[in-house]
Amino acid sequence: MPSDSIAPTEEQSAPLTGRSRLVRLGGVGVVILCVVGGFLYLGGWLSPNALTPGRFVDEFERMGGIHSGFRRNHAKGVCVRGFFDSNGQGARLSKAVVFRPGRVPVIGRFSLGGGDPHVTDDLSTVRGLGLQFSLPDGEEWRTAMVDLPVFPFKDPRAFYDNLLASQPNPNTGKPDPEKMAAFAASHPETVQALAIIKSHAPSSGFDNAAYYSLNAFRFVRADGASTYVRWTLVPVQPYGAGTGASQDKNFLFDELIASIHQHPLQWRLLMTVAQPGDPTDNATILWPEGREQVDVGMLTLDSVESEETSPARDINFDPLVLPAGMAPSNDPLLSARSAIYSQSFTRRAGETKEPSEITPSEVRK
Amino acid sequence: MSSSTTTGRPQFNGSMRFLHWLMAAMVLTMLGIGVAMVASLGNYHLLVSIHRPLGIAILIVVVIRFVNRHFSTLPPFPPTMSSQERFVAHASEVLLYTLLFVLPLIGWGMLSAARYPIVLFGSLHLFPILPHSVMLYAFLRRTHTILAYLLFLAFIAHFGAILFHTLVVRDGMLSRMAPWRARAR
Ligand code: HEM
Ligand code: HEM
Ligand code: HEM
Repeated sequence: MPSDSIAPTEEQSAPLTGRSRLVRLGGVGVVILCVVGGFLYLGGWLSPNALTPGRFVDEFERMGGIHSGFRRNHAKGVCVRGFFDSNGQGARLSKAVVFRPGRVPVIGRFSLGGGDPHVTDDLSTVRGLGLQFSLPDGEEWRTAMVDLPVFPFKDPRAFYDNLLASQPNPNTGKPDPEKMAAFAASHPETVQALAIIKSHAPSSGFDNAAYYSLNAFRFVRADGASTYVRWTLVPVQPYGAGTGASQDKNFLFDELIASIHQHPLQWRLLMTVAQPGDPTDNATILWPEGREQVDVGMLTLDSVESEETSPARDINFDPLVLPAGMAPSNDPLLSARSAIYSQSFTRRAGETKEPSEITPSEVRK
Repeated sequence: MSSSTTTGRPQFNGSMRFLHWLMAAMVLTMLGIGVAMVASLGNYHLLVSIHRPLGIAILIVVVIRFVNRHFSTLPPFPPTMSSQERFVAHASEVLLYTLLFVLPLIGWGMLSAARYPIVLFGSLHLFPILPHSVMLYAFLRRTHTILAYLLFLAFIAHFGAILFHTLVVRDGMLSRMAPWRARAR
């Protein structure tokens, strides 16, 4: 603490006259206002119409309602555990520890798209799989995938505008067809992506579905060379087209639980390697047929748990939690997803956790 | 080491001045990155990847700075400051030091409670310092915001007081911390 001894008095300047004192006081005020203004500008307080993570999640909440403790999207889910056996082939693409030969533990969560944690299962609802690979050096790889071969929206703005356009009209209970048509007209890439999605009939269950990263990632090898990849989990369980005959509210989840109790479920992890010129910033576009695919190992999921008892409920499957050797591409969805998942996670983290649709007794053998 | 010489005006010693401006740059950058990243979709990942290691660097530098201050002779307060002003000035320094220490610890702690890997760069990451609890995360996350805003307000008060003294009272307050050597008038 500075000592209180008095410094030499000749340091002081003569007092200012009233007028110039006022001018200088005003100057101090202006400088302070500029600093405060700069801070407000950086924090987005001066641009109330900009799309922020908070506003995006507000829109999910308006569409799906607020369900205490649940994810704002992919709200209905069940948790799983297992392991990943790397065959070492991935080291050709990335130095990430997960691709060294060997086994790492995995925890994950199957989910249905949408903000309602008690929604009735439907074959046409998007199915998701979030995974966390715990690597031996303490690093983690997290990924959230869906069973669609392409994503309908090229950037977060398009997704958001589609949410706005598909808001049900209070009179009809259906989205306004004019708004939907306007959205389609201004988003030809969405129309094309939806055509691709419609040409793939959904499989009969969670266990025989393929799951796609959709977004491209940049893989960095030990020698520093990098390539762009997208990955796919290809089910070992044989494909069967869904009939949708079941009337049971939770038929997709119940079948998953029954099948995992019978035998461990397995998926091959395939890395599709981009050629120069393949779009890495647009998940609505498929890469051309015949791209090299590297089989990097096998995912095995052998136990299932309700969200209520699994630590996976409290994980944010942020697609940008990546080990060294994997990095985001220039796909604008990636940073946006990371920001928005963080916002959704922070909101649900502080809420009391209500019972899940898939209860602990439902997952028992 | 000496704070005032017969030829110069009283000044903080060189290491204190160096650490002050180094940290001022780091802290203002951190506050800007912090508020910008939580409002951004496109730059969120880049900014948060800078925010974590820079915040931990602040934690390290503030410890060094605190120890350095302890071993430095501080220049006396200028006579233009009343005893209340001196009390407020000292209290604000205590507040600034406390926030600079606590805020990065809360950042580290909240990511620990949420069981995020606390990546600094490449495969280098920190160990968790708190148990896995999302309720604890939510509480610390809110605290991180509140204390960061408080730090910003404390900085504004600090900056305003320095400007006031330098431009209105004209006691040469700024030169006490100026990066260059202050000369007698
Ligand atoms: C801008 C585009 C997207 C937005 C705004 C968005 C939004 C969200 C939100 C808010 C959550 C809840 C996060 C949480 O609370 O933990 C979520 C979960 C999820 N998302 Fe997305 N998403 C987007 C794109 C994608 C894409 C491209 C995929 C697949 C490749 C995907 C797959 C998933 C999955 C599987 C989950 C559930 C993960 C879990 O079980 O925790 N999302 N999404
Ligand atoms: C002096 C040091 C620090 C300052 C001034 C600071 C400042 C900030 C500010 C202003 C925000 C935005 C708060 C809001 O508007 O909600 C923020 C958020 C955040 N900070 Fe810090 N911080 C510091 C240290 C750290 C450290 C050391 C870490 C982690 C190791 C950290 C991790 C985070 C995270 C994860 C977020 C929120 C991201 C999100 O919600 O998506 N901070 N910080
Ligand atoms: C551009 C902005 C800044 C200016 C012009 C400035 C100026 C000064 C001056 C002139 C002093 C000496 C006060 C005295 O005579 O007793 C001082 C001290 C101090 N300042 Fe700043 N400062 C700035 C930013 C900051 C920031 C951002 C922090 C906090 C991180 C900070 C923390 C301190 C502390 C703790 C002291 C007490 C001396 C010490 O322990 O180093 N300053 N500042």
